[in-house]
Amino acid sequence: MSHPPIIEVDNLTARFGDNTIFQNVTFRVHRGEILVILGGSGCGKSTLLKHLIGLYQPAAGRVILNGIDMRTDDADELRQLKMGIGVLFQSGALFGSMTLAENLALPLQEYTDLTPEEIEDIVNMKLALVNLAGYGNHLPEEISGGMKKRAGLARAMVLDPSVLFFDEPSAGLDPISAAELDILIKSINAGLGTTMVVVTHELESIFSIAHRVIMLDKSAKGMIAEGDPRELRDHSPDPRVTDFFNRRPGLGRQAKGNGDG
Amino acid sequence: MKNIAAPPFSYSLKITGDKGKEVVFSLGGRIALEDLRALNAEVRARLQEMVPARLIVDLAQVEYLDSAGALELLGLKREARSRSMDFQLVHLPETAQGIMELLDRDDLNTPPLIADRDESHLVEELGEGARRFAGDLGQVTTFLGELLRALAYALTHPRSVRWGDVASYMRRAGMEGLPIVSLISFLLGLILAFMSSLQLRQFGANVYVAPLLAIAVVKELGPIMTAILVAGRSGSAFAAEIGTMKVNEEVDALTTMGFDPMRFLAVPKVLAAMVVVPLLTIYADIFAIAGGLVVGVLGLDLTAYTYLKDTQASLKLMDIIPSLIKSGVFALLIAGIGCQRGFMVRGGAEAVGTATTSAVVAALFLIIVTDSAFALAFHYLGI
Repeated sequence: MSHPPIIEVDNLTARFGDNTIFQNVTFRVHRGEILVILGGSGCGKSTLLKHLIGLYQPAAGRVILNGIDMRTDDADELRQLKMGIGVLFQSGALFGSMTLAENLALPLQEYTDLTPEEIEDIVNMKLALVNLAGYGNHLPEEISGGMKKRAGLARAMVLDPSVLFFDEPSAGLDPISAAELDILIKSINAGLGTTMVVVTHELESIFSIAHRVIMLDKSAKGMIAEGDPRELRDHSPDPRVTDFFNRRPGLGRQAKGNGDG
Repeated sequence: MKNIAAPPFSYSLKITGDKGKEVVFSLGGRIALEDLRALNAEVRARLQEMVPARLIVDLAQVEYLDSAGALELLGLKREARSRSMDFQLVHLPETAQGIMELLDRDDLNTPPLIADRDESHLVEELGEGARRFAGDLGQVTTFLGELLRALAYALTHPRSVRWGDVASYMRRAGMEGLPIVSLISFLLGLILAFMSSLQLRQFGANVYVAPLLAIAVVKELGPIMTAILVAGRSGSAFAAEIGTMKVNEEVDALTTMGFDPMRFLAVPKVLAAMVVVPLLTIYADIFAIAGGLVVGVLGLDLTAYTYLKDTQASLKLMDIIPSLIKSGVFALLIAGIGCQRGFMVRGGAEAVGTATTSAVVAALFLIIVTDSAFALAFHYLGI
C-alpha cells in the first residue's frame, strides 16, 4: 500500500458487562475510500461506529486514527483526533435551540480564531454544498428529515475533517431523499477526497456508494467478510454473506399448513 | 345506522347429527372478534351436550373469518383432539384458507421466553430500593465532583464559558420566575403574619410580628421557598432539556465534536442558577415582608413606618449574607441534580419524563437535607 491506512482497527472487542457484542475485529480504512460497515440488526455495527468515533472505549484491542491511538490522554492529540473526524448521526443530531447557521458555526467558533464574517462565509459555503443554501436562519424543527441529515452532514464537514462517519444515513428517509444523500456522499468523497465510513444495511446504498465493505454477524460475534460488495454477493463462500446480499432470511417462519382443512 | 332487524349475533350455528356419533356444526355469517365470546360459549355448550365421536365443522356458509375467529376454530380442533374426537374442517371458503394456513403453526403455544415478572416481596423491594439509593448517591456525588471541577475551570478560564447561554438561562430561571416567586412569597408573608398575630395578640405582643416574620423569612422560608420554586420550574427544565438532547444523540454529537458536555450544557445552567437564585431569594424576602406589612397595617394597627423600622432593627447583615450563601448552594444542587438526571437518560420519551420527575424529587430532598445541615452549622458557628 502506498499510503498508510487512515484508520487501523486491531483486535477490537466490545463488551457490555458480560455481554460480548463482537470480538477480534481487525480491518483498515484507506485514505479516500468509502468503507461500508454492514450486517443485520443487533450485529454491533453502530457499536463499532461508536468505538471508531471515540464514544465507547474498547474492552480490548485498539483503534488508531490518523496515527493516534484513540485511548490517548494527551489534550493536543485528543483535539487533533476530534478535529479530524466528522459524524453524521442517525437523526442528524442538530442542536435544537440553534439555527442551522449557528449549528455549523459552533465548531468553527470553538476551534478557530476566524472572524464572524469569515465564519459566515464558510457556513454559507457548506450549506450550499449540501443544497441548503438560504436555510441558515431556519431552526432544525422547521425543516424536513432529509434536510436535517444534510444539515448534519454540513456540520460534520465544517472543519474539513479527514474522515466522515455516517450512522445509517438512509434510516427514516424516503427513497428519493436517501438517494440524494447517497449522491451527496459520493460527490463529496470524489470532490474533497474525504475518507468515509458508513454504517448501513440498505442494499441500494451499499451498491451505490461502497468501495469496500466489511460485514459483521451477530451469531459469529465478529467480522465475517471483507471486500468488494458485488464480489461478495456473487462469489462469497459464506451463506450468511450471500443470504444478506440476496435478502434471504436465514430463519424462515415456522408456518406450516396442516392437512385438516 | 342501526339495523333493528339484525339477529343478536352476526354468526349462525346449526347442528345436525346424532348425539355420541357424527355431529356436524354448520357455521355461517361472520366468525369474527366482535361476537367471539358468545360463539365460544355456544360451541362449548353444544359440544358438551352432543359429545360427538366425530366432529365435522362445516364452514360453507361463512362469509367472513378474521384471525380471532380462525384461532377459535383452531382451539376447537385442539379441544376435540384432547377429547379424542375425530375432527374435520370442511368447506373452508377460499378467502378463509389463507388465514387458517397462516395461523396453524406450532409456535402458537410457545411459553413466554422470560418468566412472568413476579410481584416482588416487600423485603426484596426494600433491599432493592436501598441498593438503588446507594448507587444513586454514588453517581450524584461523582457528578457533583466533576461539576465542581468544571466550575473551577470555568472560573479560572472565563473565556471558555458560553456567556450567551448563561444569560439566556438567567433570564429563563430568574426573570421569568419572578412573578410566581413574588406571588407565593407575598401570600406566605401574609399568612405567616396573620397566623402569628392571632397568637401574639393574646399577649399584647403585636409588635413582635414584624421581627418574627423578618427573621423567619430571611433565615429560612425565603431561601427554601425560592429553592423549591426554582427546583420545580428550572431543575425539571434542565433535566428535560439535557435528557432530550441525550435521546436525540445531540450529547454524542457534542462529545465527538470534542466539546465537553459538562462545560457546554451543565456549567452555563449551574452558573446562571447560582447567580439568579440568591437574587430571587432577596425578592422573595422583600415580598414576604410586604405581605406581613399588609397584615400589620390593616390588622394590627401598626403604621407602615413602625413595621418597617421594627423589621429593619431585627435584621443584621449577618442574617442576610449566610442565607444568600445558602441559597447559592441550593442553586448548585438544584441545577446540578437537574443536569445529572438529564445526562442519565437512556432510551426514549418515557425516560425523559422519569428524569424530570426525579430531578425535582431529588432536588427537594437535597434542599431539605442541606438546609438542616446549614441550620446546625450556623448554630454552632454562632451565626
